[in-house]
Amino acid sequence: MAEASAAPLLDVQGVTLRFTTPERQVTATSRVSFQVQDGDRFVLLGPSGCGKSSLLKAVGGFLKPEEGRILLHGRPVERPGPDRMMVFQEFDQLLPWKTVLGNVAFPMKVGGGLSGREVEERARHYIAKVGLAAFADAYPHTLSGGMKQRVAIARAMAMKPDILLMDEPYAALDALTRRRMQEEFLALWHDIGFTALFVTHSIEEAIIVGSRILVLSPHPGRVRAELDAAGLDQQQQGSPEFQRLHQRIHSMLFAEPVEEVPA
Amino acid sequence: MSLSATAPRRATAARPEREEAPIAASAITEPVVRPLPFAQRLAAQGWFRRAIVLVCIAALWELNARLYDNPLLFPSFGETAAALLRLMLDGTLPDRIGTSLEILLMGYAVGILLAAVLTSLAIGSRWGADLLSTLTAMFNPLPAIALLPLALMWFGLGSGSIIFVIVHSVLWAVALNTLAGFRAVPDAQRMAGQNYGLRGIRYVLLILVPAALPSIVSGLKIGWAFAWRTLIAAELVFGVSAGSGGLGWFIFERRNSLETAEVFAGLMAVIVIGLLMEGVVFRTLEARTVVRWGMQR
Repeated sequence: MAEASAAPLLDVQGVTLRFTTPERQVTATSRVSFQVQDGDRFVLLGPSGCGKSSLLKAVGGFLKPEEGRILLHGRPVERPGPDRMMVFQEFDQLLPWKTVLGNVAFPMKVGGGLSGREVEERARHYIAKVGLAAFADAYPHTLSGGMKQRVAIARAMAMKPDILLMDEPYAALDALTRRRMQEEFLALWHDIGFTALFVTHSIEEAIIVGSRILVLSPHPGRVRAELDAAGLDQQQQGSPEFQRLHQRIHSMLFAEPVEEVPA
Repeated sequence: MSLSATAPRRATAARPEREEAPIAASAITEPVVRPLPFAQRLAAQGWFRRAIVLVCIAALWELNARLYDNPLLFPSFGETAAALLRLMLDGTLPDRIGTSLEILLMGYAVGILLAAVLTSLAIGSRWGADLLSTLTAMFNPLPAIALLPLALMWFGLGSGSIIFVIVHSVLWAVALNTLAGFRAVPDAQRMAGQNYGLRGIRYVLLILVPAALPSIVSGLKIGWAFAWRTLIAAELVFGVSAGSGGLGWFIFERRNSLETAEVFAGLMAVIVIGLLMEGVVFRTLEARTVVRWGMQR
């Protein structure tokens, strides 16, 4: 565990994100700051409209902050890059014209610097880690939703990114599969030890998956709290600590009446 | 027995739960997978159904021609097939087909190349996109044959003019479909490509082109049909472009000498080439790519 005083891996400083549509300008987040340390499972939690996905995309380099800075290892994020691999919610994030092996190997090939054999070995290693060794030569359209998300996770991890960006990766899965995926995610973290920034709108998922939770309130997205959730996983789901944290976040999110703003 | 008299009744007695002992799969004697009867398997084959349709059309044709009994206006299927066979064997048709295909492929290739340039501009900038959509809106509805008089003035009586009108008929269809395909690429795939650090031409070739392949292939198919149609029509209108002339000119010649069966044979050759292109070349391309990848059924 990194010391709290150590230089953060990811430093988000007062970030304001705005979208301009032909008719209006919408502020997605307003001066959001947080720091992710090496080895964190850092969760951005909030209802729809709190800008959590936009924040993740800004860290990914897909959106430019209008105000504030995003620093990775002290260097500002300017554009998308393979040091911040993203896992999306959508199942169609895999390239349909490549097999499972091809999908996992592709970003490594694009990046260069590895021989063909190394690429294949590493790809097969991570495909085995997510339990899909038997499906290496299958095309994505023959896989179930959960399997596709596992491939996307293997693809991201095989790049050994500084930070893994996960945009509600399990939101489109059925409840049973989602549970299994959360367990597997934690097992992989204990096994490999990566840093992840994880977006979700489920309080339960945030507590299970996260070690730190940033609670955001909507319209525009602002930081409501940053909480510690290390040590609470599925085994503790019935425990009083789990319930207490759940209740605390719940009352934070539902304290203010919800007002919908037209998109 | 009035409904209102019977209040909804709840089962008051406790209903027993049940749990069954697992049955081994080997204990199930009925086969899980069973082959279908031969006739059903045959009827499930696309080529078989299409062959039946073709046989029916040929039979109807033969029947009608015999009833009509005027080979000068409407030769029978048998006469046409005999003429086609004779012309293929004595080398007349293969020669004419070769001439036509050569010009066609040249025009097709140039058209695709120009379409690639225009769509690259269109995805590169908003001005490029406006350029392409304006040009397409202007020229796509313009029949290629309408440009032929102009082409004759510019390029003279030769293959240059025909290639020009073929390029015109291919370019807009291919460019329009390709651009529509690029625009329909899912956001997650675009972002994944950018996430790998792909930019510029590598991004287009490695992400956008394969992702848009279903639309690109359908554009190529439409372009091919337009080109083929334009070529035959252009040859019919001004005939000899090179050497002995192509298939269109052949049809025109034989009509002048009232060899109706040979006119039909020429038309049949046009149709057969179209069917081969669609049924063999494009179908194979699709089976190997978009169908295999599950992007198209």
